[in-house]
Amino acid sequence: MTDATATTSPQNPARPAASLLQQTDRMKRRNAAEARFKAYGVAAICLSLSVLFIMLWTIFSDGLSAFRQATFSFPVTLDAERLDPNGNRQRDEMMRVTTIGYGGLLNDNLIAYLAERGIATDGVTDKEIAAFISRDTPARLRFMVLEDPSLLGQTIRFEGYATGRIDGYLKGRVTREIAELDVNVSVAQLDLADRMVEDGLLSLKFNWGFLTNPDASDQRPEASGLGVAMIGSAYMMLLVALMVLPLGVSASIYLEEFAPKNRWTDLIEVNISNLAAVPSIVYGILGLAIFINFAQFPQSSPLVGALVLTLMTLPTIIIATRAAIRAVPPSIRDAAMGVGASKMQVVFHHVLPLAAPGILTGTILGLASALGETAPLLLIGMVAFVANYPAGPLDGGILDPATALPVQVYSWASRADPAFIERSAGAIIVLLAFLLIMNIVAIVLRRRFERRW
Amino acid sequence: MSLAKLSVSALAIAAVSATGAFAQSRENVQIAGSSTVLPYATIVAEAFGENFDFPTPVVQGGGSGAGRAMMCEGVGENTIDIANSSSRIKQSDLDTCASNGVTEVMEVRFGYDGIVFASDINGPAFAFTPADFYNALGAKVLVDGAIVDNPHSQWSDFNASLPAQDILVLSPGTKHGTREVYDDRVLLAGCEESGAMAAMMAGGMSEDDAEDACMTLRTDGRNVDIDGDYTETLQRLENDRNAIGVFGLSFYTNNTDKLQVATMNGVVPSTESVASGEYPISRPLFFYVKLAHMDVIPGLPEYVEFFVSDDMAGPNGPLAEYGLVSDPALAETQEMVRNRVAMAPLN
Repeated sequence: MTDATATTSPQNPARPAASLLQQTDRMKRRNAAEARFKAYGVAAICLSLSVLFIMLWTIFSDGLSAFRQATFSFPVTLDAERLDPNGNRQRDEMMRVTTIGYGGLLNDNLIAYLAERGIATDGVTDKEIAAFISRDTPARLRFMVLEDPSLLGQTIRFEGYATGRIDGYLKGRVTREIAELDVNVSVAQLDLADRMVEDGLLSLKFNWGFLTNPDASDQRPEASGLGVAMIGSAYMMLLVALMVLPLGVSASIYLEEFAPKNRWTDLIEVNISNLAAVPSIVYGILGLAIFINFAQFPQSSPLVGALVLTLMTLPTIIIATRAAIRAVPPSIRDAAMGVGASKMQVVFHHVLPLAAPGILTGTILGLASALGETAPLLLIGMVAFVANYPAGPLDGGILDPATALPVQVYSWASRADPAFIERSAGAIIVLLAFLLIMNIVAIVLRRRFERRW
Repeated sequence: MSLAKLSVSALAIAAVSATGAFAQSRENVQIAGSSTVLPYATIVAEAFGENFDFPTPVVQGGGSGAGRAMMCEGVGENTIDIANSSSRIKQSDLDTCASNGVTEVMEVRFGYDGIVFASDINGPAFAFTPADFYNALGAKVLVDGAIVDNPHSQWSDFNASLPAQDILVLSPGTKHGTREVYDDRVLLAGCEESGAMAAMMAGGMSEDDAEDACMTLRTDGRNVDIDGDYTETLQRLENDRNAIGVFGLSFYTNNTDKLQVATMNGVVPSTESVASGEYPISRPLFFYVKLAHMDVIPGLPEYVEFFVSDDMAGPNGPLAEYGLVSDPALAETQEMVRNRVAMAPLN
């Protein structure tokens, strides 16, 4: 001790005075290095946060308007002579009047209503007035009338979508400057839209259709919705959960608790880790070869999609489950063994219940990544235009064609009409909401049931 | 343990529902192929689903080549019924088809698509000839009577009537059906027109070699191949306002507020000028029907007939409104579809 104090004493000319209050050059350099490192870290976090913020901001500023929709509400007289020329109310004879016939009827009614309300239509031709009404509207009216022919001859109050450009004008996406350049809409039409809004004929409403309607063609962005995609995604997630949990959990239990540790299990372990890193498109190719070409499952069906996604998430879930099982302390196993439990009883009565929160968290996170997957679905025909809802899950709905949420984002993003950009961003918001919910459930499960030893 | 029981019963339910449904046959028409034909096919599919008692056909994109390959995989309910294509089928495709048992294929040409060149709406206007494109993009061009590596950096370098703007062209990628027409009608035509091809052949090249040389583009970044959709081209064009993009006529008609179209040989592209043949760059659009599926898949014959009906593909139909150039010989196609004529082998 005395030696040590002597060598560092201020009297020693070889070593200058060292005080904690007075920093040496070396000390300053070390402190500066630390400060720099912290600054790098803060900068990295700020950068990623700002990128995240920009991304969310663009998505929400583009997409929130998809949840509102310009809608008409006006009385429509269902002229029996036009819609049922033979007058016998037979469904197959009434079906000969196509949506074109119903479209004409709607246009005539709208023009008559404008005249009745005294809304000036200067500079707008009848054809341009007809272009206000979405092409989806005649189809819905026709469906209504075919379902209930007693409506014929009555005047009903009918609600229908306005076309994408008019919808865009009400939401501020289409401006007068754009309309001057755009061949699909004229400034006179926008003026008429203003008068319609004043009259209450046209208004922005919450767009339930965006969540319930099926996809629509390129000519009617206003009628497109996420209905089929949400059902498809729900079926797939359900099936993936049903298949991946038993498979993944039993594989992990076997590997962790029963399998001997030898070269074969090592090989399997390495392969599982490798499979978790295989690009998802590869599973799509596998799915196409095995489930569609060999097993003859139908194309575009949620069942095939779910099988492919199961294969894709299985390695991740096995890894998560094994980690959860390994986290159960050996003392629990020893204690159970000590009171005479069999290996099987130890696992199912003690280890598994204790590992369950970890397993569920891992499974939910695996499902969340499967929910956002598009690439493998491309090859099995789920990246498609599907306009019919799949049947219920017990009526073979898992074999009907369907799409999925991320697929809908992709196919809308590649369409020509600018109105689909808004829809695409809206679909991302819905997808993000689902992912957020799943992640919150995972966090809650972990917080609630996780035990620390 | 209940978890084990639950999982076993879940697997059993999945297995039962899967096998039970195998007995049922496919009820909807399945279509795949060209992303250029995709919007037309979805418009028809949607109208078909609304007006008939059949379910709406399922339409996939994926590209012309992929669609034809899927059609040629074989006959059966797990294969598609119709392949959409923005270029004509190749004999090699038909051979693959035949070797997989797809012997009878019906070729339906339902209209034409114009290919347009467009720039940013606020930029200067362009009036092109195919020779301008070759001079701008060819790897080797003719300058003062000699074939040299492309020295041009601005459009005005070789054609004083074009604006002094940096050359940047967003060409369709080689995967696109559009590329074939682009190579043939723009680059090759321009190569001949500018005299470069004659000069190459005079320099001792064979005709085939000269054609290949004509279609070889410069690689210094002034030509960018876009492998994605037209939306990607538009995005790039909005980021670099100097760029000239290659689009389908229908895509342009939907985005006239952002794009300004260039004339080609002095002709403004429109459905009329493409139909009359005045506008030189257009291509036919096809779909190919597997005849073996005709009476097996419900709704397939009706869909095909509905597609080529005057109500859909006619000059006043919704497809023309979307930008399709109606086929003047549509009546013959309708007749052929009614008789289900399989196509003859190509030479």
